[in-house]
Amino acid sequence: MNSRVGIVIVSHSPDVARGTADMVRQMVGNEVPLGWCGGNPDGGLGTSVEKILGAIDAAWSDAGVAILVDLGGAETNSEMAIEMLPEERQAKAVLINAPIVEGAIMAATESWGGGSLDEVRLTAEELAPR
Amino acid sequence: MTETDTMAMTDVGEAAITALATAMAEAMFAHAGELTDLDQAIGDGDHGLNMKRGFEAVMAELPAIAAKPLPEALKAAGMQLVMKVGGASGPLYGTLFMTLGKEIGPAPDRQELAAALAAAIAAVKARGKSDTGQKTMLDVLAPVQAALAAGASIGEIRAVAGEAADATVPMRATKGRASFLGERSIGHMDPGARSSQLLVEAVCGVLGGGR
Repeated sequence: MNSRVGIVIVSHSPDVARGTADMVRQMVGNEVPLGWCGGNPDGGLGTSVEKILGAIDAAWSDAGVAILVDLGGAETNSEMAIEMLPEERQAKAVLINAPIVEGAIMAATESWGGGSLDEVRLTAEELAPR
Repeated sequence: MTETDTMAMTDVGEAAITALATAMAEAMFAHAGELTDLDQAIGDGDHGLNMKRGFEAVMAELPAIAAKPLPEALKAAGMQLVMKVGGASGPLYGTLFMTLGKEIGPAPDRQELAAALAAAIAAVKARGKSDTGQKTMLDVLAPVQAALAAGASIGEIRAVAGEAADATVPMRATKGRASFLGERSIGHMDPGARSSQLLVEAVCGVLGGGR
């Protein structure tokens, strides 16, 4: 059982998602639950609600999951995915307003240190453009 | 008001749902290249392919979808779009169809359809954190809803959809990736507005018996 906040990476590009996940792993090892996905249902550039649900599931933690996205469709599709989660999970899945690579690394580092979902979000969102 | 009678369908059954879905899918298939070209001008160039993929998924499930009562059929079609489109238009069109399904009865008249479409448009606005005037699909759907509510004929609704899509050309995008282009988004029709127009035309074609 993992009590650390899970990190979910949702990019339009499978390569960006995988590369970001690699960087997170290098920072925090395997102690932070991590899920990632990229690409539309056909594997081209885009996002897929089905894949996002899978990535949330892979990273699921009782402490919640922080979801990092790149562009518009990734955000809209992630919001849709959150609404499709079982009700008790919906409040524990949070979309983070931060650049995907830096945000994922900051969020994962905060999670590794034992931060709550809210602390993970605040730490990553310090990177958001104002 | 004879065309009002045409729209006051007593029974939206399997044949009608099949005809409506097929007409919408064929419009998306026939215009996939055009939608992608429009999207390449001001977006990420995948709208045509995405809509095609979504409606291919609807068509693959059509026998099961069309066998359902209209509200359930709309929700099922919307879910296919959500899961299969692969861009922001998936949740947006998916939300449109799923909300219509929630709000509508199995045999809607004009008033019920107009009210359901108004609710669906509100849901799309919330989903996209957007409003009319931002060069999006809403700029077609909102005037179409207004025309429907005001008692316009099918031919008039079709014309409203076309004029509304044309009216997005001079607009400046402030939502979605087109907004990255700022002033350069001006002068191109919004691909989402065009796909909405095509879907409205397809529905009008079926309801109007080809008129």
